[in-house]
Amino acid sequence: MTSILSISLGAILINNFILSQFLGCCPFFGVSKKIDTAFGMGMAVTFVMGLASAVTWLINTFVLMPLGLGFMQTVAFILVIATLVQFIEMFLMKSMPALYQALGIFLPLITTNCAVLGVALQNVQKGYNFLESIVYGVTGGLGFMLAIVLFASIRERLDASAECPKCFEGVPIALISASLMAMAFLGFSGMKIW
Amino acid sequence: MINIVYAVLVLGVMGLLFGVLLAFASKIFAVEVDERIPAVLECLPGANCGGCGFTGCNALATAIVEGKAPVNGCPVGGAAVAEKVAAVMGVEVSASDKQIAHVHCSGSCENVKNRANYEGIEDCLGAIRVANGYKACSFACLGLGTCVKACKFDAIHVVDGVAKVDASKCTSCGQCAAACPKHIISLVPEKNPVRIDCSSQDKGKDVMDACTVGCIGCSLCVKTCKFDAIHMEGNLPVIDYDKCKGCQMCAKACPRHIIEPWNTPEKVKELQELKAKQAAAKKAAMEKAAAAKKAQEATAGAAE
Repeated sequence: MTSILSISLGAILINNFILSQFLGCCPFFGVSKKIDTAFGMGMAVTFVMGLASAVTWLINTFVLMPLGLGFMQTVAFILVIATLVQFIEMFLMKSMPALYQALGIFLPLITTNCAVLGVALQNVQKGYNFLESIVYGVTGGLGFMLAIVLFASIRERLDASAECPKCFEGVPIALISASLMAMAFLGFSGMKIW
Repeated sequence: MINIVYAVLVLGVMGLLFGVLLAFASKIFAVEVDERIPAVLECLPGANCGGCGFTGCNALATAIVEGKAPVNGCPVGGAAVAEKVAAVMGVEVSASDKQIAHVHCSGSCENVKNRANYEGIEDCLGAIRVANGYKACSFACLGLGTCVKACKFDAIHVVDGVAKVDASKCTSCGQCAAACPKHIISLVPEKNPVRIDCSSQDKGKDVMDACTVGCIGCSLCVKTCKFDAIHMEGNLPVIDYDKCKGCQMCAKACPRHIIEPWNTPEKVKELQELKAKQAAAKKAAMEKAAAAKKAQEATAGAAE
């Protein structure tokens, strides 16, 4: 139980995928203009990360490891993730067209989202069991969602009211805000869990 | 060696499994609305001009399929495209009124006075920067061709100082109307014969001073119309084309002869003649310039 708690806290706050590990920065900047879409993207990534963790753990443990194909991890995982994302795209198009429209090009881009591949590979590196892998995947996704929603609310306010110099408008000020957020999240690294 | 075989096998089998899974998923999660959108898009001109009010042909196709736009929503394609789209959608075309752009001004060089000579950039946008244009009437077409540059279909030309629309080429995309800095171009139904060829809101006397054909706001046309289709808006009559029956009584009543049927054979012929004359004049000028250059070169050669 404590291991699961420490994994969760670690994935959400201490080793946040975006702000500490700098994985998945493309959607972090691409889909963070509005809180609604940022939240939707966070949900999609959480879902894909959780599912990808489970499936890749199964494939790694029961297919790749027994056959001594550890070196195939990256290729096999990419295949799994691509399939999952395709599947989710179809599912969203059918059941949530509004979210599908809002996510637009960034939904297929989850395929190449390094956070998703990162979680699959880290599960193997850290030697997590099945349950721990899923927890790490889901909480890693939640950490992603936390970061992107916070960032989107900052950007909304920046666009609406902040007086920033002309040359910093748009992406430059977004990058600066992201770096400040990353520094703030650095404060969590002092936390110690059991 | 065996490792390679395993690797190939494992990836191959995984790929096959996932492929089959996705194939089934695409059947289960198929969205049937999508099929008609590319079919409708196929019928549209694909110029993405935005004349329909949507962001492009794809947006219009989506809107048509969703029922948010009529099948004849594309003004550029006209009846031919509307029929094709209707065939895809399986509905009848409601008779669409083709609209064409019209320049509401007859202030040609001989009709309207100039209050100054303009020698700046050959563009209306430049000319209005200088005291709102060089013509005595502040509503007059400046004839420097901002609309001509905006037209993608070669349908509008400046003839004798006033822009004229070639109805046969006009696709009613509305680009000229948007470009005109005087806002005197608007889209009007093609089937109605009458247009008001003046945009002046000035008082009658001021108009008289500036222009021999400008509307003086006498409102005779309003009184003449039996169908309540003309109303005064300020000092200018405006035709309500939903009510206009095309009887042309207003044209007969107008003392300034600016409510003229635009599509009579004489008018069309006149326009063509004017265009031909202008083209000939341009050609002559160019030939003259070329001849002058040649002569200059010849004299220069002789001098050497």
